[in-house]
Amino acid sequence: MQNAPLLESLFNAGLIAYLAGAAAGLAGIRVPRRARVAAFGLALAGALLEIGAAAMTLWYGAAATWSLPFGVPLFSWSVRLNALSAYFNLALGILAASVSIYSFGYLREMEGRRNVGVLGFFYNIMLLSLTLVFAAANAFFFLVAWEVMAVSAYFLVSFEHEKAPTRRAGVVFLIMSHAGTGLLLIGFLVLAQASGSLDFSSFHLLASKLPGWEQGAVFVLFFLGFGVKAGIIPLHVWLPAAHPVAPSNISGLMSGIVIKTGIYGMALVFFDFFDVPPVWAGMLVLGAGVLSALLGVLYALMEHDLKRLLAYHSIENIGIILIGFGAALLFRALGHPTLAAIALIAGLYHTLNHAIFKCLLFLGAGSVLRATGTRNMEEMGGLIRRMPVTAVCFLVGAVAISGLPPLNGFVSEWLTYQALLAGFGSTESLTRMVFPIAGALLALTAALAAACFVKAFGISFLALPRSQSASLAEEVSLSMRAGMGILAAGCVALGLGATWFIRVFDPITQQAMGVRVSAALAAKSLVLTSGTARGGTVSTIGIAAMLVLLSALPALFWLVWSRNSQRISGPTWDCGLPGLTADNEYTATGFSKPIRMIFSALYRPRREIQAEYEVSPYYPTAIRFESRIEPTFEKHFYYPVEDWLLRVARRMRSLQAGSIHAYLAYIFLTLIALLLFGVHR
Amino acid sequence: MIWAVIKVLVQTALLLLLAPLVSGLIKTAKARLQMRRGPGLLQTYRDIHKLLRKDMAIPTTASWLFHATPYVVFLATLLAGLMVPIVAADTPVGLFGGVLAVVYLLGLGRFFLALGGLDTGSSFGGLGASREMTIAALAEPTLMLAVFTVAIGAGSTTLAEMVRVAIGQQWRFLAPSQMLAFAALFLVLIAETGRIPVDNPATHLELTMIHEAMILEYSGPYLALIEWAASIKQLLLMTLLIDVFWPFGLPQVLSPTGFLAGLGWLVAKLALLSGGIVLVETANAKMRLFRVPELMAVAFTLGALALISTFLF
Repeated sequence: MQNAPLLESLFNAGLIAYLAGAAAGLAGIRVPRRARVAAFGLALAGALLEIGAAAMTLWYGAAATWSLPFGVPLFSWSVRLNALSAYFNLALGILAASVSIYSFGYLREMEGRRNVGVLGFFYNIMLLSLTLVFAAANAFFFLVAWEVMAVSAYFLVSFEHEKAPTRRAGVVFLIMSHAGTGLLLIGFLVLAQASGSLDFSSFHLLASKLPGWEQGAVFVLFFLGFGVKAGIIPLHVWLPAAHPVAPSNISGLMSGIVIKTGIYGMALVFFDFFDVPPVWAGMLVLGAGVLSALLGVLYALMEHDLKRLLAYHSIENIGIILIGFGAALLFRALGHPTLAAIALIAGLYHTLNHAIFKCLLFLGAGSVLRATGTRNMEEMGGLIRRMPVTAVCFLVGAVAISGLPPLNGFVSEWLTYQALLAGFGSTESLTRMVFPIAGALLALTAALAAACFVKAFGISFLALPRSQSASLAEEVSLSMRAGMGILAAGCVALGLGATWFIRVFDPITQQAMGVRVSAALAAKSLVLTSGTARGGTVSTIGIAAMLVLLSALPALFWLVWSRNSQRISGPTWDCGLPGLTADNEYTATGFSKPIRMIFSALYRPRREIQAEYEVSPYYPTAIRFESRIEPTFEKHFYYPVEDWLLRVARRMRSLQAGSIHAYLAYIFLTLIALLLFGVHR
Repeated sequence: MIWAVIKVLVQTALLLLLAPLVSGLIKTAKARLQMRRGPGLLQTYRDIHKLLRKDMAIPTTASWLFHATPYVVFLATLLAGLMVPIVAADTPVGLFGGVLAVVYLLGLGRFFLALGGLDTGSSFGGLGASREMTIAALAEPTLMLAVFTVAIGAGSTTLAEMVRVAIGQQWRFLAPSQMLAFAALFLVLIAETGRIPVDNPATHLELTMIHEAMILEYSGPYLALIEWAASIKQLLLMTLLIDVFWPFGLPQVLSPTGFLAGLGWLVAKLALLSGGIVLVETANAKMRLFRVPELMAVAFTLGALALISTFLF
């Protein structure tokens, strides 16, 4: 590639900017104002440089490899920027840029009260490690970057550490993250043993050459290891705890891109390390995807903490991405590379889409949190009038995440449906039944997500304010609005410009399946097809244009019939009671009550009502109401495992008697065991 | 280009003019079956005309979203209608989206309608929004299963293509998979258009209304747009059912002679389907809200059976 030196310098300059940003954060602990401007300014510069490097790689469609000029001998710190890593780096760059802009305003009020410099330090370190996770060219470097990312994310999550739930969430995150890393380590070691090298290039298509059971074991190890990070159900429990407690700009990055490292890892393993994975592997991923999507949205519906609701939706969307990946795996196993490419594109497209709208929604939630001081939706309301720009941005995000046309979520969900539909004809075996079933459950998920975002937007932003703080809320600063505005524009652009953007995937599918499908998918320049024009077509830009053109009709009706129609402002009908108050409004809990009743087998809802009265039960003086749902996975899986671990640990404690002789004996026994093992080999 | 514009105009006019007629037909037929005189076939036109000329009362709590909602609902529904073959298999904007786009455009309308209900701050708006979104969510998987069953048979999600394949196989609608898919879609139609036993379009009783509760605060031209959109949605869902299962008589492309024949067949088939709806509405009482999931479970089972029988036969 001709421009390799330029690409290399762009990428390295981005890393240096992040490093400088981290240093500026540390140096400025005593001068928060300068620290904030320097750390986040440099982060913005780094993000823009990385966007440049990623865009260049995708544009020229060629991979570049080089070594970073630092580090220890023995291990090579080599970086590989190919189409797949550039794609993820592009997503990271877009989010990092908008979040950095948002942070200028968001952190201004934290100055003096919190240590903004430290936040800037870990923020830049996390961006640096994320960039390297997506670009590392060998397993060792990858795991180092992976660990730095996990640890910096831990510090960012626990930033507001004076609150007990935050500390607990941070610890749960760290433990689960390391459990996942352990699985990855074993997986990489198995591969390294087979190839004799730690380089990713030596793992290419290697996993499929392993003997049968090892192949399966490697697949499962990587799936679970990366699954923890991605937050698939049932490995998700850390996610709805950790994402909401972080500062909101960090939540946006965590849900937007940090969990996508798991998706990147899966894409790497499934489509680079494996050539043709077994059929059950595809089924496993597809099944996990459907389960995560459906349960994720069902749990999201029960939340009235705005940020927790968004965190559960991340699980849902990871599920939708995995439906695409699972279908791609199945198509590969069944020998349909073109269909596999389309399914992979659906998954990857949704990855970027979700990154953008979820980050947007978290930033919106952060603005609301800043303005009202609460994450509880029951205390919001009426914000559309107090915070018009935030409201519009949040609405764009809500429409996009609900998969409604003509925004970006619709495009990727449409592609997923088309891939699943094509899957039915791809085989004669009973396997094909899974595709339409997955499609139907995806439809259920999408409809429930729409219900959930009607609730999230409707309860938080519409009608009357439900609390004093909501009625006094003020619009957030310009930079915060700009950060959200960029992402909202991204939702529109990725929706309307789908046929242009789809070309980005050509080098990725070329690398993974050896086919390029964008020419078939965008055969008609403004219309997206399902691979063949006969199979199905959609045009988001056409839909948008038609909606604009058709709006001539209501205007015409207005001119012809409604010219003399007057508008009278009056109170909402309140059933004759004196004056409508916020107490008359539907609550978030009330809104999702029908769903709680219908799916009560899953939720096992409990509620307690305590009424205090003096004279008659019909005139209570105070009512206390509590409603909660059963945390199924914690109760039936994690608590028993935790108990078991503690019991084992208690037994093991007797080994650790504190006697030096006993320890010497342990060392001796271990040595003998290892020697025997070595001889035996 | 000119021809395309004409096709769009013709179909738009048909949707706008035919939809109130179908609503009127159902209302009148239902009244007759219940030994009442009924409002007459043209009453829905008169209602819309009257509402368009009336003044509007806007709740003081409402924001710009309340004003935007009627337009979004009307435009999204109308555009979805333009994607459905009505008098010719070849739809004017079929290239812009097939059956999936139709479903999702209706979803867009519903999304905003629910928000409009919440924006008023009245408990009814919230109640209607909550119930509407719940029932829609329960109907959605069945709708998709049935759509998938048909799309798999046709190998396409483009409606024109689905219809073309259906026309080619005259007696296909008697196949078990098609009959089961039809039954499933019919139940979805009942739920989506807010008909008894799921919702009662004629009620304004607080506890039983769903759709009416959402739009309780709308009046004048806004209400006209929403009511019109509701009847277009009903028309397009009925037409969808007809297109896919009994497409005979539908010309491939729009032509002056084919237009009249197509229109004749369409009206006859719409009348037949309306008759079915009227019978269901008259023979049943409205269900309690929490019985609706059971009905939707039946519909889902029918859809799943339809799919499985595609596999078997």
